[in-house]
Amino acid sequence: METRELTCIGCPMGCQITVELDKGEVVSVTGNTCARGDIYARKEVTNPTRIVTSTIVIKGGDKPRVSCKTANDIPKGKIFEVMKDIDAAEVDAPVKIGDVLVKDVAGTGVDVIATRNIEKV
Amino acid sequence: MEKYDIVIVGGGPAGLAAAISARKSGIEKILILERDHELGGILNQCIHNGFGLHTFKEELTGPEYAYRFMQQVFDEKIEYKLNTMVMDISAERIVTAMNREEGMFQIEAGAIILAMGCRERPRGALNIPGYRPAGIFSAGTAQRLVNIEGYMPGREVVILGSGDIGLIMARRMTLEGAKVKVVAELMPYSGGLKRNIVQCLDDFGIPLKLSHTVVDIEGAEHLSAVTIAEVGKDGKPIKGTEERYTCDTLLLSCGLIPENELSRSAGVEMNPVTNGPVVNESLETSIPGVFACGNVLHVHDLVDFVSQEAGLAGENAAAFVKNGCKDLSDEKGIDIVATEGARYTVPTTVNVDRMNDLLTVRFRVGAVFQDSYVSVYFNDERVMHTKKKIMAPGEMEQVILKKDKLKSFDGLNKITVKIEHE
Repeated sequence: METRELTCIGCPMGCQITVELDKGEVVSVTGNTCARGDIYARKEVTNPTRIVTSTIVIKGGDKPRVSCKTANDIPKGKIFEVMKDIDAAEVDAPVKIGDVLVKDVAGTGVDVIATRNIEKV
Repeated sequence: MEKYDIVIVGGGPAGLAAAISARKSGIEKILILERDHELGGILNQCIHNGFGLHTFKEELTGPEYAYRFMQQVFDEKIEYKLNTMVMDISAERIVTAMNREEGMFQIEAGAIILAMGCRERPRGALNIPGYRPAGIFSAGTAQRLVNIEGYMPGREVVILGSGDIGLIMARRMTLEGAKVKVVAELMPYSGGLKRNIVQCLDDFGIPLKLSHTVVDIEGAEHLSAVTIAEVGKDGKPIKGTEERYTCDTLLLSCGLIPENELSRSAGVEMNPVTNGPVVNESLETSIPGVFACGNVLHVHDLVDFVSQEAGLAGENAAAFVKNGCKDLSDEKGIDIVATEGARYTVPTTVNVDRMNDLLTVRFRVGAVFQDSYVSVYFNDERVMHTKKKIMAPGEMEQVILKKDKLKSFDGLNKITVKIEHE
């Protein structure tokens, strides 16, 4: 039996979670205060994932950058590949929260979406 | 002079939530004064996620969280003025402000809600020896440059202070291709949230050196290197522990200071621990009809709690206006005292007649406590005793007081919040 101590990143509470593993299988998750903590802990010990947030160059808008995020979490090991695609992207104003800015980023099957509105000027 | 029922100083998360809740409490004439060119405050540059789990039960980025509130302000047709700087607030609740369109103008307010937020402690307040080259930024300035303007301040970065913005910027700069060499923290514990150490430093192998500080800054025109050293228990650098890092950028994340110039000049009584106003259970300051909420009151680590607190300030300001711009009761109420590990509480008094059924008392601890208890005493009797696995100065704690418990306790004249080992 193996135990791993984690700090949950699901929200700023940062619960201390203990995961018990047996031959790579999760046996128990304790210390979390919500269901998200349970999901995070199971994922973190098997296939860790992260939401990536950044900005994308936007043309013709009232701001030079539009903030964005991956619509879902992506494998932790793919963070820099995702960033490469985000940095190479350029979009045109206007943009609304939730608009898809990059489709299937870095082959993860996850889209990058806008997190703020940018007006056209 | 123009009259408004409620004037709110600041259009960030606190100001927005206060305005919405005042409107929902039935107040028509509300005005938000914001000095920036848009509403939303600092959330607009906090593009990372993790906001809103308490309020919306989903994980949002800063701009998304801000927009949820902005949308309500637009829907409710609450008035606001942008690019408008408040110059003065008087004890008679006259607000003096200025902008480019109207010049200087005055407003008579039924109630005022202070929601000015806080700002970062700058280099000048940190007493770091060395040269003063370009390349030294507060973490929040760097955040604005990268996230709003789209500029990278540099490529090789050292960060002093482990506040949340510094940790977030360590990750952000790394994602954009910079090399963050080290985060140095003067205290023996981090000033930021644990989750940010995990996902911003550990994820990218960025070392965090506790009990370390910057002892030298090099560079004639532009920063070329900094030296950090370990500090002893006396807070002084230990000889022989110096390490030199070549870098072109030094970010400072060394604490936030509530921005209370307006409150002070109005004569609002201040709490020397929080650097924010002293408030009662209604979040009302020492000046009747002047309320405070959000980071101007005390620095929060979760915007969700700012929104909650601001909502209460909005409700109470509305009640004050509806009562003919008078407090519902003039009694100050029972003192709430922080001691033995608890550094302060907000609020510091509670009037049982004015309080809601539940009152959230927020506080911070002065050191790291493991397997300790948060205790609440009514006079000398312990009435609450809650075990906490870990408490740290970087994370706000709270206890909830119940009105019926306060009412039924005979001769209650003092409530104490303290940390106990058993």
